[in-house]
Amino acid sequence: MSSVAQKKSFGAQVWDFLTTVDHKKIAILYLAAGTLFFAIAGLEALFMRFQLMFPESTFMSAGTFNELLTMHGTTMLFLAATPLLFAFMNAIVPLQIGARDVAFPFLNSLGFWLFFLGAVFLHLSFFLGGAPDAGWTSYASLSLYSPGHGIDFYILGLQISGAGTLISGINFIVTIITMRAPGMTFMRMPLFTWTTLVSSTLILFAFPPLTVSLFLLLVDRMFGANFFDHLMGGNTIIWEHLFWIFGHPEVYILVLPAFGLFSEIIPVFARKRLFGYSSMVFATILIGFLGFMVWAHHMFTVGLGATANAIFAVATMTIAVPTGMKVFNWILTIWGGSIKVTVPMLYALGFIPSFVAGGVTGVMMAAAPLDYQLHDSYFIVAHFHYVIVGGIVTALFGAAHFYWPIMFNRVLSEKLGVITFWIFFIGFHLTFFLQHFLGLMGMPRRVFTFMPNQGWDLFNLISTIGAIMMGIGVILLVLNVLLSIKSEPVNRRDYWGDGRSLEWALETPLPFYNFKQTPLVRGYDPYWIEKHEGNKEGMVYAEPLGDIHMPNNSILPLVMSIGMFIAGFGALYSPWGDQVIAGTAKGISPALSVGLLIFGIGMTVVAMITRSAKDDLGYYVTKAEVEATEKDLAHYRATGKKGGNK
Amino acid sequence: MIKGLKKWRLFSLLAVMTVFLAACGEEHLSTLRPAGSVGREQFNLLMLTTIIMTIVVVVVSIIYLLAFFRFRRSRVGENVMPKQVEGSHTLEVIWAVIPIILLIIIAIPVISATYKFADVSAMEDVNENGEKTALTVNVTAKLYWWEFEYPNQGIVTAQELVVPTGERVYFNLMAADVKHSFWIPAVGGKMDTNVENLNKFYLDFEKESKDLEEGVFFGKCAELCGPSHALMDFKVKTLSPEAFDAWVASMKATEGNTASAESTDLGEATFANSCLGCHAVSGVGVAGAFGPNLTTFGDRNRVAGFMDHTVEKTADWIMDPEYYKPGNLMTDKYNVTEEEAQAIAEYLMTLSVEK
Repeated sequence: MSSVAQKKSFGAQVWDFLTTVDHKKIAILYLAAGTLFFAIAGLEALFMRFQLMFPESTFMSAGTFNELLTMHGTTMLFLAATPLLFAFMNAIVPLQIGARDVAFPFLNSLGFWLFFLGAVFLHLSFFLGGAPDAGWTSYASLSLYSPGHGIDFYILGLQISGAGTLISGINFIVTIITMRAPGMTFMRMPLFTWTTLVSSTLILFAFPPLTVSLFLLLVDRMFGANFFDHLMGGNTIIWEHLFWIFGHPEVYILVLPAFGLFSEIIPVFARKRLFGYSSMVFATILIGFLGFMVWAHHMFTVGLGATANAIFAVATMTIAVPTGMKVFNWILTIWGGSIKVTVPMLYALGFIPSFVAGGVTGVMMAAAPLDYQLHDSYFIVAHFHYVIVGGIVTALFGAAHFYWPIMFNRVLSEKLGVITFWIFFIGFHLTFFLQHFLGLMGMPRRVFTFMPNQGWDLFNLISTIGAIMMGIGVILLVLNVLLSIKSEPVNRRDYWGDGRSLEWALETPLPFYNFKQTPLVRGYDPYWIEKHEGNKEGMVYAEPLGDIHMPNNSILPLVMSIGMFIAGFGALYSPWGDQVIAGTAKGISPALSVGLLIFGIGMTVVAMITRSAKDDLGYYVTKAEVEATEKDLAHYRATGKKGGNK
Repeated sequence: MIKGLKKWRLFSLLAVMTVFLAACGEEHLSTLRPAGSVGREQFNLLMLTTIIMTIVVVVVSIIYLLAFFRFRRSRVGENVMPKQVEGSHTLEVIWAVIPIILLIIIAIPVISATYKFADVSAMEDVNENGEKTALTVNVTAKLYWWEFEYPNQGIVTAQELVVPTGERVYFNLMAADVKHSFWIPAVGGKMDTNVENLNKFYLDFEKESKDLEEGVFFGKCAELCGPSHALMDFKVKTLSPEAFDAWVASMKATEGNTASAESTDLGEATFANSCLGCHAVSGVGVAGAFGPNLTTFGDRNRVAGFMDHTVEKTADWIMDPEYYKPGNLMTDKYNVTEEEAQAIAEYLMTLSVEK
């Protein structure tokens, strides 16, 4: 049962990942998939910037550009940022709260596979007759009008993928509420766990509106319903409301965990307790709440009327208050500390001014009458990239360096990391700072080309050069990851030396059951407390060494997801679809379409029945096996050789 | 002393920024060089928020850099154990209150401007004869062109909006197919053209466009509306009130104009046979035509909203509109030879109400 004993064959390792329910391995799956889609979406962005490098460029066609801009936005938000954050949530949250896994390990796996196959489904559109081209918001009049199957891929792909995200969100809520180690009260939870909890709660409330709106668009496009067809009494503005009721919280779903990651990184490298912990928690909850209340600020120019605009303008501005509190708390954590500038800290330090700049332009856009000028111009492109790249991407990059020792028992190179940071960071500001001015100078967003002599040429050129630098930065980061594979294993606890929360108390490589005994938490920053009381093991235990209950691996989540994937094609090629009837997209015979739907959904249902009918109570790792594993690991850490005499 | 120095730095920074911002971009296009009261008020809001927000960024950055440089480990020593401070209620209250005050300063002009820009009640005002006093333009956005109807004058034009300076112009905005957004950056902020309801707003035009480099203000579509979203430009010609009245009169004089299929001019004859079904050459009428009204074609600044206004380009456009504006609805609606296209283009250039 040892985690390091046998060297497995390649096939066995693949099978292990396909069936795993271990949160640490699912984290790796999320990380790999998220990186893949991040790379794809990044390339899409680069291609768009190449097209906009010079006026009247003919590098690509207008249709291709619209497909790229849609897929870039959709992929970055749904299929790159979300899974990459899930990767860190999965890897770290159970460790931070002293748990052996998440509450529902089977669902954790199901969540991943649904997300992944939905994402693959969406990306197959490139090869099967055209990707979606109505923007990531897919506003209804255009998305109904759009010929071909592109929008159908968007609807079905996101529906499948969104189900996975919702499942994972619920899983984290239950995990954090129910699986905290004894003594870990809510007000002792690390900030990353807190932000994960709030962000998961946002997922719980925000994804159902997305599901509903996608469903309405689905029946409109495929079965001729008229929810959004204004000629038949439908209303496209309903789509905008539904989309943004999801879409605005989505921003906070992403940025709150990023805040959480920085709240972990900064205290460690400032060697100081997080300043104003309780106000940070309060601000997190408040931001989460307000995030739901302000969706209509995306619609100031829709014509909702002065009163609606005024209310949503003021409501939006209030978000600056808790966000500002957070920024000051981070700075005050640095103040009076002892700052070590490592790569993760570098990202955190770069984050603060970048994010503040992105935040204040948010306040400017919240000023409704001013937004009439800024809305849908390049100003907003600059604003949200400052928030998303300056906030979320820097958090992800920083967290990758920060948590790599725990996740992989390896370290990313500091030297290469510093170079990566500077190239990426300078490239980022070069790309997006000037875009504020492009917007103010009258450049609308989502344009595939522009005519010369409008005063936009130089800034667009510089912007593209910045984008190329960002691309180089990402390549260097990937290179760093590849180099780390062959590097020396870490084999220790508290790699950075100033770890505070429970995950740093564990010695790497981690055993598959995380904690051989459940820890007892005696305060905020439990590892720091134990360490400074001279406790070499880094934690005190709440229970004696005993048998550990673990869940069984299962292939069923993958089977269920494949079922939905197949059913998706049945729906997509349905001969009753509007676009198929109009002759702009391919359809298949009714029998085949219904057949695929029934087969796919049937596959999922059968897998569900199998899961329900078969009692899967998991298994116990006996005390003897735990002791043997610990001995193995100790042997490995001491000698670098796997296996004792197993 | 040091405080005063910082203040001085701050203000000089802001002064430089204001000058820089106000000189940014082309006069006919940039929101930073407003040519109307709505645009100017929005520019003032921009300056107010920019100044406040720059102060925030600068102050935060100064505190942050101070914190960073003072407390680096290489400075404070490798083994220093910082005091593990929990927080400070006083400080936390201070940085909750300061942003609230800043936001109130912004919120007051924001709310008042929101209501002001939304006030279109004057649209319905009538004089003693029961005629509406305010100039209203009905804007219809289509794939990928703009129709401008003047209901009180009974005239209609396309692609080039003509308005008088010095009076408030009211707009009824709507889209005919998919959602678009009507935006004249230099004059004032945008409003969406929805498919299911009418949006109303107003703009003031203060500057005559003839002094501009291009002779017109540039208008843009700001909502993704399909492949040629980027090319859905329109132009705005602002005239003195007298010149505008003269323009309206000459538009009205085109009543009944049509192209004759029997004409000896190849261009006119071909136009009558192949184009007249969609394109009117009389400016008198109502909105709702399938193609842009071409009465003022010879007066325009651009062909199809973005191409050079030459016979050659017009002919190219007629021969292959799909190449220039992908996804437009003109493609494949007619069949003309290259020679005929050339003739049509020459004929179109003669359509003018200003010469």
